[in-house]
Amino acid sequence: MEIRMPLGDWIAAFFDWVEETMSGFFEALRQLFIWMFDAVDWIFATPPWWAVIVAVVIFALLARGWRFAVSTALGLLFIVSVDQWENAVDSLALVIVAAFLAVVISIPLGIWAARNSTVSKILKPIMDFLQTLPAFVYLVPALALFRIGVAPGIIATLIFAMAPGVRLTELGIRSVDKEVVEAGEAFGATPGRILRQIQIPLAMPSIMAGINQIIMLSLSMVVIAGLVGAGGLGGDVAQAISALNVGLGFEAGLSVVVLAIILDRFTASFGQGMGLYASFASARKARREAAEQAKFDAEAAAQTEADQLIAAGARRAPR
Amino acid sequence: MRAEGLFKVFGRGGSQAVEQLRKGTARTDLADGITAAVIDASFEVKKGEIFVVMGLSGSGKSTLIRMLNGLHPATAGSVTIGDDSITDVSASKLRDIRRHRISMVFQHFALLPHRTVIDNVAYGLEIQGMGKDERIARARKVTEIVGLAGWEEKHPSELSGGMQQRVGLARALAADTDVLLMDEAFSALDPLIRREMQDQLLELQETLGKTIVFITHDLNEAMYIGDRIAVMRDGRIVQIGAPEDILTNPANDYVEQFVQDVDRTKVLTAESVMRKPRAVIHENDGPTGALSMMRDEQLSAAYVIKRDRTIVGWVRDRDVLDLVRKGEKSIRSAIQADHGAVDKDTSLADLLIPSLEAALPLAVKDDRDRLVGVIPRVTLLATLGGEPEAAAQATHRPDPLPTEVVDRALDNAGKENA
Repeated sequence: MEIRMPLGDWIAAFFDWVEETMSGFFEALRQLFIWMFDAVDWIFATPPWWAVIVAVVIFALLARGWRFAVSTALGLLFIVSVDQWENAVDSLALVIVAAFLAVVISIPLGIWAARNSTVSKILKPIMDFLQTLPAFVYLVPALALFRIGVAPGIIATLIFAMAPGVRLTELGIRSVDKEVVEAGEAFGATPGRILRQIQIPLAMPSIMAGINQIIMLSLSMVVIAGLVGAGGLGGDVAQAISALNVGLGFEAGLSVVVLAIILDRFTASFGQGMGLYASFASARKARREAAEQAKFDAEAAAQTEADQLIAAGARRAPR
Repeated sequence: MRAEGLFKVFGRGGSQAVEQLRKGTARTDLADGITAAVIDASFEVKKGEIFVVMGLSGSGKSTLIRMLNGLHPATAGSVTIGDDSITDVSASKLRDIRRHRISMVFQHFALLPHRTVIDNVAYGLEIQGMGKDERIARARKVTEIVGLAGWEEKHPSELSGGMQQRVGLARALAADTDVLLMDEAFSALDPLIRREMQDQLLELQETLGKTIVFITHDLNEAMYIGDRIAVMRDGRIVQIGAPEDILTNPANDYVEQFVQDVDRTKVLTAESVMRKPRAVIHENDGPTGALSMMRDEQLSAAYVIKRDRTIVGWVRDRDVLDLVRKGEKSIRSAIQADHGAVDKDTSLADLLIPSLEAALPLAVKDDRDRLVGVIPRVTLLATLGGEPEAAAQATHRPDPLPTEVVDRALDNAGKENA
């Protein structure tokens, strides 16, 4: 006896139904994604490549220091030298749009899950599902709903990359010292204020780790999205596979690696107090502290002087 | 502040469990998954009093203090601060009470690590909605009071534990509430720092007169800072009383066992161990009267007081005897002024050396220098031993034989041997 559940048919029917009933919605979404992609792509693709590299290197210097700036410059020059600059810019734009959307969706979800156990219980299996389903499988319905181009690439990437953002945000907020949250409550802070002033700032390292994960997963998915005509480095990789072109495959593949390392180091440095920006900031803070301290000291000195005058006056008074 | 019939039951079916507990079911006999943390706690904290709740871990004291400001909603019972009820109020009303009437100091300080000391201290004021300049100015004053002037712009991680808790204390004081809850506030500190903080708290309390509920597992700490102490065990309050009451009249074996290890010399004061003086001499008495009284009472010396019981000094029987022989009418010339009387609030630990140095039972005076009692050395020893009554059974040490009798006996024995 053979058991065959027609699950595939059901899912196909479901997506057909979605496509029919909500085609307007998906078309609008598609236009939005394409518009966002074009906007970001325009920023990186319009200036000459050397200008973009100079800008990125300056940011690298501010974020992590000169060593990172030098390796960033070398990496980007490598991409230019293997003629993958345009592809890399396309992939970068795709990563930025998808990762931005994933962050915007996953952090609020993570916060909600941290504050409500029911939401957490519902989200957990969904996140497990999204993270473990083979990445290629997303592409099929994405293609059906958004047609070929960057839009299915963005939606597949965003869904695939969202899970760690939700998880790490929830974990970060849940692991904030309970006593500190209680302190907020004990002094009469509203839940919103506790979230803003205590939970999110203290969960920041974990949330930043989540954002870093989102960006890295986005990059890996963007390459796969090349298969569905999203272009970029993934497009060349896909082409190299179909043509068995080892050289092209490695050129595009190594460019992905360079892009990945640069993005990872950038996002890992946020809020870590590294690089020139951090030293500017700490110098500014030190100056401000010194100024404040000088102000108290002056006030205190004035106060003592006034006290002495009063005391002296009191001593003189009886005469 | 008043708490009446407070219950806190964790787990489903809390109100049923409360009914069962009221009927006398033991807390271990409740259904699985239900924990009764606080059972039928009632007490009143007077204005300006330090009320200590003392118990071992798991006795429910931390839950109890969190019910006083609604961090844990009570399963049954009521808490009121002045006219405001904490139980059965809306969330926004509760927040309002927490902002203006009750603040809290936490065991592990619970400071906001990303804010400077001054911003931490001003936190309560910020939530009250006070403008930036005003709250910083007030926070600065409080920071100075707790002895952290000069540290305002540092972050908590740059401070030692004791200093961090000063910030915690300053934050609670800055909010300027009548009631201060302190949850094991000094337990995470080193013993020396802890002692320093206790002293500072008592010193501050002299001027501030807050109503303080202090939680601790350390009985010595409870005895040291508490005006009254509630001892908790397994969720129930087993005794409420002044430190000396708890020490001298423990309500049950548990409390008795608990107080066994307390350093009595630090808790008990001169007043609590002193006895009525056997006899005193008035400064206007004549030498003859004084001497005959000392003979009747078998005293070799006695304290001299004025008519209003103010202590003047002391006299020795031989000096008085000299006066009688000389035919003087007044004992004044024989009075020695160095009576060495101790204050009635002096702790026993500080009585030992004066007692050693005094020629007669240590005199105890009140704040107007009046003689209120004496402490014989046997009484002091008996109290330190934990049984003040034993002093009455003290065996009298026989006087040594007169020297001439012994000499004669020895002489005779020598002759016989020769």
